[in-house]
Amino acid sequence: MNKYLERLYNGLIKENPTLVLMLGMCPTLAVSTAAINGVGMGLSTTAVLILSNFVISVLRRVIPNEVRLPAYIVIVASLVTVTELLIEAYLPSIYEALGIYIPLIVVNCIILGRAEAYANKNTPGLAVMDGIGMGLGFTVALTLAGLVRELLGAGTAFGYTVFPKEYAVGILIQPPGAFLVIALFIIIMNAIGIKTRQRQLVESDGCDGCCATCAMRCEDAKEEEK
Amino acid sequence: MKSLILIMISGALINNVVLNQFLGICSFLGVSKQMKASASLGGAVIFVMTIASAVASLLYNYVLAPFGLDFMKTIVFILVIAALVQIVEMFLKKKSPAVYQALGIYLPLITTNCAVLGIALTNVQNEYNFIQSVLAGFGTAVGFTLAIVLLAGIRSRIHEEDLPRPVRGAPIVLISAALMSIAFMGFSGLSF
Repeated sequence: MNKYLERLYNGLIKENPTLVLMLGMCPTLAVSTAAINGVGMGLSTTAVLILSNFVISVLRRVIPNEVRLPAYIVIVASLVTVTELLIEAYLPSIYEALGIYIPLIVVNCIILGRAEAYANKNTPGLAVMDGIGMGLGFTVALTLAGLVRELLGAGTAFGYTVFPKEYAVGILIQPPGAFLVIALFIIIMNAIGIKTRQRQLVESDGCDGCCATCAMRCEDAKEEEK
Repeated sequence: MKSLILIMISGALINNVVLNQFLGICSFLGVSKQMKASASLGGAVIFVMTIASAVASLLYNYVLAPFGLDFMKTIVFILVIAALVQIVEMFLKKKSPAVYQALGIYLPLITTNCAVLGIALTNVQNEYNFIQSVLAGFGTAVGFTLAIVLLAGIRSRIHEEDLPRPVRGAPIVLISAALMSIAFMGFSGLSF
């Protein structure tokens, strides 16, 4: 397979950031109350991820290794601020629905994780494709979670009524529903035998759990100990 | 006075940062395996979040807002939090090795804990003044500690159970969190 297309397949299916790598759980749980929010959040994150992968890949020989994390954080935070201002200007309803979770894209593990795991080692072209693949994988997972919660919790899909609200399970669009639906997704993945990183996530001491930066810092600490 | 107490209670129980707002999920799931580690992380979060809320509030109200730079808040806050965690780490290492021993390894984890950045941004959004921000930060951190210690308690029991294979690991932890979240929804009736 073409190595550029391979990146898309990798992000969408093989290493789907939410369902397989279990990265970025906070926004997944928080904004999946409706399918359209999932699309909005997913695409915002995708935009930031593509741009940050591109910038970091271009600058990979310029940024000194010792200060790479602060440098990445500044790049990502700038891109997130630009994205936030654009969404506020052109898509006020999405801005209203996602609220504080847009600026929080900065601390989304997926973005720093991809910067560290892929963008700083590969050419800009590949890094952009990786960003598109991972971003779309995140968008699909978020939209799916949003759709399930919206359909069962409110009886609508993308705002269109599917069945009357009286038959809906209201708890699913409340906070507990987020935990339940994601748990259900992982149970299904486990039952059909797709290997996820979830055991590692839950068994860890926290450092290699999810946040890519913590994992890196732990590796640094381990090296220092040696 | 009454409103200040309400801010704290709202942060800790009604709008619990983990179970209601879904911030800090990574460490909530990752560290809650052991009771001791959970309590230590909780202590570190209370420490950092209170200080970070105070610093972020001062910076926003006296530097960013007067100069019309409030669009810079995300960048400034994340850098301030990262620097702050480093300083706290170095300070504790030097001045109080006992506390450092207990909290040390959890401090770097907090930089990427979205709850700390989240509460700084929420304080700005709610237009809290300095004292309100500090109390909101403290209350939220207490809520986080409460949730993670409770989950650690539940998980030590789950560990003994013979569960169906697909449910083991993350799913059962998430289901426990869902039940805790339902219980915490009961606090939404709490008002003064």
